[in-house]
Amino acid sequence: MGAVMGTLTMQAKTRRLSRDKTDDDLEITMVCHRPEGLDQLEAITNFSKRELQVLYRGFKNECPSGVVNEDTFKQIYSQFFPQGDASTYAHYLFNAFDTAQSGSIKFEDFVAALSILLRGSITEKLQWTFNLYDVNRDGYINKEEMTGIVRAIYDMMGKYTYPALKNDAPKQHVEAFFQKMDKNRDGVVTLDEFILSCQEDENIMRSLQLFENVI
Amino acid sequence: MAAGVATWLPFARAAAVGWLPLAKKTMPKPPVDKSSKSDEILYVNVSGVRFQTWKNTLDRYPETLLGSSEKEFFYNEETQEFFFDRDPEMFRHILNFYRTGKLHYPRNECIQAFDEELAFYGIVPEIIGDCCMEEYRDRKKENQERLAEDTEANEAMDAPLPPHSTSRERLWRAFENPHTSTMALVFYYVTGFFIAVSVIANVVETVPCRPPKGSVKDLPCGEKYQLAFFCMDTACVLIFTFEYLMRLFAAPSRCKFMRSVMSVIDVVAIMPYYIGLVMPENEDVSGAFVTLRVFRVFRIFKFSRHSQGLRILGYTLKSCASELGFLLFSLTMAIIIFATVMFYAEKGTKGSTFTSIPASFWYTIVTMTTLGYGDMVPNTIAGKIFGSICSLSGVLVIALPVPVIVSNFSRIYHQNQRADKMRAQQKVRMARIRMAKKGTVNAFLQYKEDRDRHSDNTTLCVKNRSAFEHQHNHLLHCLEKTTNHEFTNEINYSELCMTESVGYRTSRSTSLSSQQGAQNNSTGCCPRRARRRAAMRLANSTVSVSRGSIQELDTLHIKSTSIPPQTRSSLNAQMCDLKLNCGEPDFSAAIISIPTPPANSPDESLPPSPAPVPGILRNTRATAYTHDNVKISSL
Repeated sequence: MGAVMGTLTMQAKTRRLSRDKTDDDLEITMVCHRPEGLDQLEAITNFSKRELQVLYRGFKNECPSGVVNEDTFKQIYSQFFPQGDASTYAHYLFNAFDTAQSGSIKFEDFVAALSILLRGSITEKLQWTFNLYDVNRDGYINKEEMTGIVRAIYDMMGKYTYPALKNDAPKQHVEAFFQKMDKNRDGVVTLDEFILSCQEDENIMRSLQLFENVI
Repeated sequence: MAAGVATWLPFARAAAVGWLPLAKKTMPKPPVDKSSKSDEILYVNVSGVRFQTWKNTLDRYPETLLGSSEKEFFYNEETQEFFFDRDPEMFRHILNFYRTGKLHYPRNECIQAFDEELAFYGIVPEIIGDCCMEEYRDRKKENQERLAEDTEANEAMDAPLPPHSTSRERLWRAFENPHTSTMALVFYYVTGFFIAVSVIANVVETVPCRPPKGSVKDLPCGEKYQLAFFCMDTACVLIFTFEYLMRLFAAPSRCKFMRSVMSVIDVVAIMPYYIGLVMPENEDVSGAFVTLRVFRVFRIFKFSRHSQGLRILGYTLKSCASELGFLLFSLTMAIIIFATVMFYAEKGTKGSTFTSIPASFWYTIVTMTTLGYGDMVPNTIAGKIFGSICSLSGVLVIALPVPVIVSNFSRIYHQNQRADKMRAQQKVRMARIRMAKKGTVNAFLQYKEDRDRHSDNTTLCVKNRSAFEHQHNHLLHCLEKTTNHEFTNEINYSELCMTESVGYRTSRSTSLSSQQGAQNNSTGCCPRRARRRAAMRLANSTVSVSRGSIQELDTLHIKSTSIPPQTRSSLNAQMCDLKLNCGEPDFSAAIISIPTPPANSPDESLPPSPAPVPGILRNTRATAYTHDNVKISSL
């Protein structure tokens, strides 16, 4: 009796297994994206051929399919900030990188953004940063957007900081930011106000030069 | 950190540009990247087999040999390549790890050779990919068990006694390994002999001897030579009792010994005798006493101390207990079904032996196991039909499930093992991730300390930090400057939480003057007093922390020494000179670890203004002490 039951169950199991395997095989179709040629990329970015080669090799090794989706992006970015939660800021970054709003970053997007950030002019960098802060791309940074960004940055610090993070620290930070940037006190910061205010601030100007030798 | 994280670091650093307009302080200077910018192909010659790879590939794992500067030791100037005098077959797998981020274990390689290669190249075995992990662990466990058996056997054989062992230890050792001394061997054989004698006596006791004169009935020898048997029994029991008491005395853990199987067997073997002595010669209880004598047969199990095979059998049965239980259950089901059927089939017959269902059990068992004693036989046609079905299915029920069950449970057993292994591996992996995370944070804290300590000194003693680490630490530093808060670790944070809430209360424990000092400070920022309280609590704990590379652990010791109060006031004086430009209550400061709460603390001399500077504090402290240096955990 037990034998009969045992053999019956074993039969059923093998049949189920074979059916699953064929389904899996069909589902394994990799999405693959190839970037434009090296020459075109060299033309549109400020990187040399060798630098592009190095960048692409790293990129391709991490993402063999040629695109990065948001989850992978968040994962990668979170690894650099083990104490806090980098996913919100990574989300904003992802949107900033993904200029075409396609939901995935291709190598061209990646390299274009890096080119601006590392080799671009001051204005270009500030413009990129403005785009990062302006979440809804309406040309104005309002307090809600800024609070979101600042909160995301503070999230990356995590819980264990000195001095301990107070709940209103982001809000205060945003207030200070608007104090500085919003020249006409209309509650929003436009691109020109932003660029002007940053150019007046020595610290920011100096810091912008720091990241040139990253690659 | 995971595989290609090094690849993404430039991108993360570039993205830090997004913090710049928000930063409250200036960004720190980035580390100078001394390495050449362009990627080059490295040649690695492993025992004559030449491998080529990009330098970037190897740099992905800076904590391994090939990824760090350690490989410079193997650089051959003439041939412009790195030469390793190791196994080229294994190196292929090592190099693939760098390329793909997954380490595979080649099944045809010896596990020890593989482990040695991994150790040489500085790769931790835990990162073996899931596909090969199980195989690796199985082989490793097998190997370890084999080694353990060998060493155990060697030890058991002729390990010399430690020089200063007590007589108790020696006694225990004599009991466990009889081959060590002649006395132990003698005792071993004597007990074995007496066990045999006792068992034989029990058996012979029941054999019928010739009846004494004047009686017709056959008498069992036990009653004829009652005295002789009694004397033999007494002697055996005395020996067993003596042995048991000696073992109990010598056992390193008496409770554990008393709970062990052999000890229980010993007790069961000798108890009947004593109970028999104690019990009165009463007709009613003598029946019970007779039953007790059955337990004397358990003395035969004492032989298992003398026989390895018996022990193995016992262990096997114990491990198969669940399988046997299931077999028993299925048999019971079949028996009940057939017994019921036979009973109702034979119910009507006159003079049927199937008087009740339990009575039919006996018939069913005898038929199913194909014994067929014939004491119960069905008479009706229906009974005979069902009887034949019963005997046929008996063969099926008993013979067939046994291999199926055996193989089934062997598979389930291995699956359970796999589940346990996976769980254990998960635990190890999570623990490693936690350690790595902590390591990263603490590495950063350590980096900051070093930087502050050497801020005046331009030549940074790097302590083998890779370019990757420098850049990553710079990135975290930028984040700190942006938010104007600093990273700290869990311990300091919880200390601070405690002290901030009780900071004012603890001041009462010290002198009166300090109370005013605390009140003075309470208006200011995070009172320095509170921090000092926290420091006092920290004083007695050593914090071991990871430093350096991501996957290794360093140790950061906070040692405590005594501080003369004057030094602290001088420190305080110096502290207020170096006020940083912070208009806000938040500032970074050091926790000084001090061992004793200051009885006459000069807290009243504290100026109320904030003044952090971990580096300076440390320098001045260094001059003031004669004891070992005290590291301040910078927060």
